[in-house]
Amino acid sequence: MRKRIALLLALVMVFALAFSSVAHADDLITVGIVNNPPSESGYREANVKDFESVFSKENGYDAKFSYSLKNDEQLSAARTFITDGVDYLLISAAETTGWDAVLKDAQDAGVSVFLFDRMIDCDPELFEAAVVSDMAQEGETAVNWLLAQKLDEYNVIHIQGAMGSDAQLGRTGALDEQFEAGTMKKVVQQTATWDEAEAKKITESVINSGEPFNVIYAENDGMAKGAVAALDEAGITHGVGKDVIVMGFDCNKWALRELLAGNWNYDGQCSPFQAQVISDMIQTLEDGGEIEGLNDAKQIISVEKGFDASEITEEDIDTYGLGE
Amino acid sequence: MKKTKTSQFFSNNSQLLIPLIAILLLIVFNLIRDPEFFSVGITTNNRGDAVLQGNLVSILNGASELVILSMGMTLVTAASGGQDISVGALAAIAGSVFVKVLKGGPAITGTSVFLAFLACCVVAMIFGCFNGSLVAFFNIQPMIATLILFTCGRSIAYWINGGATPTITSPIISAIGSFIPGIPVPTPILIVIVMGILFALLFRFTSLGLYIQSVGINQGAARLNGINAVGIKLLSFILLGACCAVAGMIGVSRLGLINHETILINIEMDAILAVAIGGNNLGGGKFKMLGSVLGAYAIQALTITLYAMKVPSTDVKAYKAVVIIILVALGSPVVKDTMSRFSKKIKSRSGTVGKEAA
Repeated sequence: MRKRIALLLALVMVFALAFSSVAHADDLITVGIVNNPPSESGYREANVKDFESVFSKENGYDAKFSYSLKNDEQLSAARTFITDGVDYLLISAAETTGWDAVLKDAQDAGVSVFLFDRMIDCDPELFEAAVVSDMAQEGETAVNWLLAQKLDEYNVIHIQGAMGSDAQLGRTGALDEQFEAGTMKKVVQQTATWDEAEAKKITESVINSGEPFNVIYAENDGMAKGAVAALDEAGITHGVGKDVIVMGFDCNKWALRELLAGNWNYDGQCSPFQAQVISDMIQTLEDGGEIEGLNDAKQIISVEKGFDASEITEEDIDTYGLGE
Repeated sequence: MKKTKTSQFFSNNSQLLIPLIAILLLIVFNLIRDPEFFSVGITTNNRGDAVLQGNLVSILNGASELVILSMGMTLVTAASGGQDISVGALAAIAGSVFVKVLKGGPAITGTSVFLAFLACCVVAMIFGCFNGSLVAFFNIQPMIATLILFTCGRSIAYWINGGATPTITSPIISAIGSFIPGIPVPTPILIVIVMGILFALLFRFTSLGLYIQSVGINQGAARLNGINAVGIKLLSFILLGACCAVAGMIGVSRLGLINHETILINIEMDAILAVAIGGNNLGGGKFKMLGSVLGAYAIQALTITLYAMKVPSTDVKAYKAVVIIILVALGSPVVKDTMSRFSKKIKSRSGTVGKEAA
């Protein structure tokens, strides 16, 4: 019995050796990518697609992917990648803590680490660079756009995402400053926890109260759609040049089409496209160069757009829209 | 004579007292806060149809999915003595199937919508059957059995459609989720009424209600009396599956969009709560579906009240919890016993007074 197991193990090792030598023979850059599963959200789906298309064989990569929502599963996947001897490790962590040991292992093994989408609480020495979104900046871009509309008064229905989430905190922050400064009036500020139907109910309750409002600031597209449904049922016009300004976030394709049709006014992007930036940095390292353009925390902030209904084009929808 | 009839009605339906009191309190509270709160007006919507509008309409309309699910939940609770916590996930699956079938077809017509509904009904009933067989055949605690689907249901919903928030736009879909042109009442309210009538007919013309009760009270005794206990439990889960399908379809049709992660999220807890507020025994046995329905409306009225009061978003759940604690405590056996003893005392006293006067 023992002999058989030994034989089996030997065979497995031979195969492993054979395969790893094949992989190296192609002269591809090996990359291990630890991400959250695409089912998490539309954002993640686009993110996963982006990485799978950029880190392909055609582009000179041999990429291995691991998807999990759980930190411990992600950690063990990262360890496996390190023992497999990947050249680069790309991580979008489920949780911000608990990564120090693994990242040290990677450093000792000579694996360069890139973080994307989410930061990790650790010594910046442990990774090469982080490509992340700045949620607070997304909120500021949106609020600045709103201020640029130069309305006589701003009576805002503010529909929030799940309280405490990164996106909610960032997108709420900028608007809260305006409320405190008195430049905009908070008609209602309520969380719909990303639930479209709840957003509709919140908007309905304002309409029923008869209080005037002229801006809907919803922290994602779905909730903006919910709010708009309430407006439609109450016979309130919305969109470009209409009674109520509608603002959403995430840039789903269907939402951008609403913009193009003039039914909504603004949609803020939260870019899931970080693969190309990381690929460029890897090429720089491969050529013996140094990565440039990092801030003090070794981050590169994704460039994010805000789309205005009066300027958006079909091309924008194809390029930046998520989903179908 | 008339008086005894009404008192008989109340003693037969004493369990309806708690949800009725809850709704009454919310109504009074809101009327004091804002006398116009329940006023219903007619406006013209953006499609040019005259429709009803107001908080009352919002409450009745918004509660539709919850009401339908709590109808099914009542049956499962009564028959199995446990709760199904997978209804939200199952409704998400049903909604996804509904969207998938419609997106698969060439154009959205009345027939294709009907077929899509049929498909999502069948799928939801199969999943209900799965839950039911775990409970009925394997005697697993309902909450544990349905924990499986609760955990993986929304992932299954994702597999069905892939992409994030697929949308469907069609006048037929908005007719289901919002208004049928020419009818000023929101369609979900009409669907609830239809479901209510269907269940009423089911109980009127079959002995299903009695069977469910007897299985819930004592499965062994029911079996000895020739009732197929396993079949009844299974049937209650399948009926709940059908309720999930209807709720899922309404949820999707409201906005013509499905987000498998958020559609009817956490509704299972509200549905169980509605059953509890409705005075039904969560351990199974006797049940009153009307109680659960009233409970569901009370929960929705509470939510809308909190929105109207502009309670800060971080505090909403805490306020809701306080009200619910009070309601559930009022409905607890301890309080009920004390109350009935108290009312008996008053009755006996007023009885003697009445005799003296006579």
